[in-house]
Amino acid sequence: MPLSLYDKLWDEHLVQTDDSTESLIYIDRHYLHEVTSPQAFEGLRHKQLKPWRLDANVATPDHNVPTNRGNKFYAESIEDEVSKIQVVELDKNCNDFDIHQFDINSHKQGIVHVMGPELGYTLPGMTIVCGDSHTSTHGAFGCLAMGIGTSEVEHVLATQCLKTTKLKNMQINFNGQLQRGVASKDVVLHLIKLIGTAGGTGHAIEFSGSYISSASMESRMTICNMAIEAGAKVGLIAVDATTLDYVKKHSNLSDNVFNEAADYWQTLKSDDEANFDKTITIDVSEIKPQVTWGTSPEMTIDFDAEIPSKEYIDDKNRENVLLAKAYMGLEESKTLQDLSFDRIFIGSCTNSRIEDLRDAASVVKGKKVSKDITEAIVVPGSGMVKAQAEEEGLDAIFLEAGFLWRDPGCSMCLGMNPDQLKPYERCASTSNRNFEGRQGNLGRTHLMSPVMAALTAVNGKITDPSSS
Amino acid sequence: MSSSIITGIVATFDRDNIDTDQIIPTEYLKSIKKFGFGDFLFDGWRYLDGGRLDMTADDRLKNNDFILNKKPFNNSEILLTRDNFGCGSSREHAVWALRDFGFKAVIASSFGDIFYNNCFKNSVLPIKLSKEEINHLFEIACSSPVSFVIDLSKKEIKVDNDLCYLFDVKDSLLDRIINNLDDVDITLKDKHLIEAFEKARRNHRPWLFGYSN
Repeated sequence: MPLSLYDKLWDEHLVQTDDSTESLIYIDRHYLHEVTSPQAFEGLRHKQLKPWRLDANVATPDHNVPTNRGNKFYAESIEDEVSKIQVVELDKNCNDFDIHQFDINSHKQGIVHVMGPELGYTLPGMTIVCGDSHTSTHGAFGCLAMGIGTSEVEHVLATQCLKTTKLKNMQINFNGQLQRGVASKDVVLHLIKLIGTAGGTGHAIEFSGSYISSASMESRMTICNMAIEAGAKVGLIAVDATTLDYVKKHSNLSDNVFNEAADYWQTLKSDDEANFDKTITIDVSEIKPQVTWGTSPEMTIDFDAEIPSKEYIDDKNRENVLLAKAYMGLEESKTLQDLSFDRIFIGSCTNSRIEDLRDAASVVKGKKVSKDITEAIVVPGSGMVKAQAEEEGLDAIFLEAGFLWRDPGCSMCLGMNPDQLKPYERCASTSNRNFEGRQGNLGRTHLMSPVMAALTAVNGKITDPSSS
Repeated sequence: MSSSIITGIVATFDRDNIDTDQIIPTEYLKSIKKFGFGDFLFDGWRYLDGGRLDMTADDRLKNNDFILNKKPFNNSEILLTRDNFGCGSSREHAVWALRDFGFKAVIASSFGDIFYNNCFKNSVLPIKLSKEEINHLFEIACSSPVSFVIDLSKKEIKVDNDLCYLFDVKDSLLDRIINNLDDVDITLKDKHLIEAFEKARRNHRPWLFGYSN
């Protein structure tokens, strides 16, 4: 029987199956961070258990860490008492249970989904879990990767397995070439606009097509990262030469081991006749830069389109739209280009990789952040990304323009660390969620690509990238 | 069994896509405990001021228009909503907050996948019904406060003497709520299967073991 990539990965990891209940799948890699792990470690202590397999686990603090740490910084230096407890607790748990951690002062520390792949901890064909919904990111490597809850974190620590049910298969074909100024972020936002935030619920989405084949690993990660915003906890992409090149460069496997593994990795693609429960084909050459206007990632429009107004919305959506417009302060605005912005955030597990920073720097070079912008920050996704960017002189471009150049962490993607919006501030953000209060109580988030956020920084408003 | 029947007042949330950031904002994820989140449930809608982990509901400025601040809904045990409830972040704290407030069941036309799984680990029952059924329940529950009776063993929601809706849920998941089972205990009964699988995998895919960088 022809199999999809997801089917193959599922079968490869199946320890026990029973149609009437859930199956047990083996987990190859478990990433941990400080927010969703403390209760899981407490559960182990309570049951007097140890982690099943230490070398499957890698930890780093990312959600709570301040991003203006400088060269020497310790968890104890975090000003927010409760944030500090969580980071210190991760240190303690990793120490007590002997789990490998890149701690707050490690030069490799970073957002777990940026750090993992670039250190070779994400390898093709793995099952990967983390108590974080953006774990779908690692699907870009032909992995079965998904976010889990804290009870499941405990279960994986204790048993090296996840109890779960098999998902349906969905295929999204992205064909064609992008227009100038359009990026992978626009492609995935466009998809979420089309299928909605529940469009992929219950499915593993495989992204394929000529655009995906031509896309870099960074772009693929951005797309898989936001599969969860389309409702799919699993997003994945077949292994090809681009994948193998990246893994060769970033892992420290010996040539012999790499070659042996690569023979297997090259089989990690859907069979030609594989059956998908749903298939959607999208011509990416028609996609314009996308920007969210509302409080759900599906509330996305072309950057120059009209914001949905009462006359254009059906009864079903009226309530959702009106609530979102009121929250976002859009009653008087016809288009997104009418809006004035207060803050710029370039970062997050969606868009803080080297390619994202290069894209943003390319439009910032030689320009200044608009006087209307209160603060513009660039937060590299990891210590490695930061070092690479500095080697390329990107930090100087941002600093000269008036951006702040920060240390790695989740930063303003979510209001857990000092980088937060004040009430009613409007932010051009390269993150993944524009939910109410996500970036700070009553803050207003517009999601967009690094290029669009950088342009918004220099112009103070959303502008057409093709005319810059 | 006492835990196989849920009887409770129904609170309605008439909107789609209520994400886990709304159910419990990130500020409260800084707790390292598994309990004590009830006062922060729907924090952004429930209060007019910002809160902190060390505050309680009594310290806060309440939004009196919000349903859970009104009687009898402040004692609700069943939440009725629409599409894609619990989408977004994987935070199990969202279920902990619902549970700590007193919710025992959530009825919706669909749920976020991760949230749905998390519910069963914490004795909160997520019930999926069709959009038509949800529409009908909204008509009933919005006119005046009502209570439903949910029978987990029969998989039915008794709305009143004349109306009953059946729902579908995997028996093994339901069993966990009814008998308060722990997944780790269940899985470790089959420890030998995992050990055998791992041994084979170690031979077959050696690069997955012992990696560090």
